[in-house]
Amino acid sequence: MGRLSHLLSGVAVALSGAAAAADEFGDAEAGAKVYSQCKGCHQVGAGATHRIGPHLNGLFGRPAAGLEDFKYSKSFQRAGASGLEWHAETLDAFLENPRSYASGTRMSYRGLKDEVDRKNVIAYLRTFSDDPANIPEADPTATPTDHDLDPTILAIQGDPEYGEYLSSECTTCHQASGGDAGIPSIVYWPEDDFVLAMHAYKNKQRQHPVMQMIAGRLNDEEIAALAAYFKNLDD
Amino acid sequence: MKLNRRRFLGTTVAASATLAAPAVLGDGHDKPRVVVIGGGAGGATAARYIPKDSKGTIDVTLVEPTRTYYTCFFSNLYLGGFKEMDDLGHSYGGLAASGVNVVHDWAVGVDRNTKTVTLAGGAQIKYDKLILSPGIDFVDMSVPGWDITTQNAMPHAYKAGSQTELLKAQLMAMPEGGVFAMVAPPNPYRCPPGPYERVSMVAHYLKANNPTAKIIVADPKPKFSKMALFQEGWANHYEGMVDWIGEDFGGGNVSVDASAMTITIDGEETKVDVCNVIPAMKAGRIADIAGVTDGNWAPVNAADMSTKADPDVYVLGDASQQGDMPKSGFSANSQAKVCANAVRGALTGSKVFPAKFSNTCWSLIAANDGVKVGATYEATPDKIAKVDGFISQTGESADVRKATYQESEGWYAGITADMLG
Repeated sequence: MGRLSHLLSGVAVALSGAAAAADEFGDAEAGAKVYSQCKGCHQVGAGATHRIGPHLNGLFGRPAAGLEDFKYSKSFQRAGASGLEWHAETLDAFLENPRSYASGTRMSYRGLKDEVDRKNVIAYLRTFSDDPANIPEADPTATPTDHDLDPTILAIQGDPEYGEYLSSECTTCHQASGGDAGIPSIVYWPEDDFVLAMHAYKNKQRQHPVMQMIAGRLNDEEIAALAAYFKNLDD
Repeated sequence: MKLNRRRFLGTTVAASATLAAPAVLGDGHDKPRVVVIGGGAGGATAARYIPKDSKGTIDVTLVEPTRTYYTCFFSNLYLGGFKEMDDLGHSYGGLAASGVNVVHDWAVGVDRNTKTVTLAGGAQIKYDKLILSPGIDFVDMSVPGWDITTQNAMPHAYKAGSQTELLKAQLMAMPEGGVFAMVAPPNPYRCPPGPYERVSMVAHYLKANNPTAKIIVADPKPKFSKMALFQEGWANHYEGMVDWIGEDFGGGNVSVDASAMTITIDGEETKVDVCNVIPAMKAGRIADIAGVTDGNWAPVNAADMSTKADPDVYVLGDASQQGDMPKSGFSANSQAKVCANAVRGALTGSKVFPAKFSNTCWSLIAANDGVKVGATYEATPDKIAKVDGFISQTGESADVRKATYQESEGWYAGITADMLG
């Protein structure tokens, strides 16, 4: 069904020309600004890799849960298996209410209510999908960083067994299944993101009293251990 | 940093060499056996974590009389109309499916010499390690005029289930402009903010359904958990409805008459329509039967929750006397994980990590007006000692309070999954 409507909308675009296309895809430049609220979890563009969420290069025409090297929620795997595919229409509905397509998604984003914002951000994403082969591969070290954490802290290899023990303090609130009603999911995060987030609480750059307290007494190795454990948590 | 890890590896190996060997070889049984008594936040968590982490190398039996577990936490929200009773009920099916032998019976005897638990049905279960998490019972005659035979007229509703439903029914049946009285308990007791969240939820119900009704609280304490937050909330949401009578005004000098439905506070008798008596508390009776209590509670070692009386008997949660942690479901869950790690280490020689504890208590004052208090704790030779803490502030924005409430709902889903699978 996804494929069919994708085809049909493609036909409509071809027939009615540029005006319809603009209407469907909005303003990519404005969309880049809207995307700033997505980029904490999703990278896009040259050198984009999976972070907390999958990278969004080549999104158009991709089946849901369609990248083999990202660990999707079961909910998304089911949606993909039943034929959900990303294009303007499905992305629009998904972004309006992420749980409409995948009730168990780990994406804690509550939805983009403004229709124009949705069209613009979809237009922006479209620019990374036109011909993914044209997006140059970049040296991974070119990935921008906006933190000042000591690289030696990020380099610590965590002990997942220790992390498993420590994790029991987390799972009183954060569900191991990845459910995130009221409290965010913390499973399958890339280790760097996990470590950066925890140190941001520890240093009181992130504002949440419970997390500042919990992170405040974890040492660097313990944070690395938790990151290592949650990254590969079994379902 | 690697040295740290090796250091506790070293101590673990040494400890397990002395502790684990006899247990593993014990009387012809091929697997070490753990019996857990009480399937609440402490017992269910311990019962789930020990087999989960030991990958089935330890036999775990959970003894719990009720087939459906109703959480005491969030039961005030049922009184306020924010939750249904069914929302609070959980089955033990997940624990059974994960390999725990769930036995629905009362434990009536513990013989620490033969390491045997006797059930009301007559069965006997051997253990290598016994974990007691029996919650609370009430101290006889702590409120003159009240005992277990009058709890139908004057419910405590401090063990969730039929008592909570009874209190709700009585609240709903109050005449217009009637009086709801509460006798608050002395320290220490289960869920320090619980009585005051209950006052808030009762007030919420009355404001909508019986706005001229009054609430009187007789309290033996001069102050209580989150006091400034609750008093601010009562003034903002329920102005003039709540009369809190603390120790200074004779709140501790109280008696009740269940047949006359009166409460006498510091010599002054008042006729009331509902009387919620929350008596003084003590450890659940099986802790007494096992002989591990000293006074009302069971003293434990902070490092692993083993009792001072017997290194093979552990007490978790409300029933334990451990130090600085409040008696809460969150605390019991936190203590259970430390205990599970230590028990597994003792029985199988697995790594034992240093004890870490934490607690957060959320309370609801009115719709979307949630507050919280929490702290982290560590094991010292004397007790579980507080390290750091925080509390919601008076005057917080509605957005912050709403987010706090939503967070509490997330926590509820989290802890029940963490306990019961």
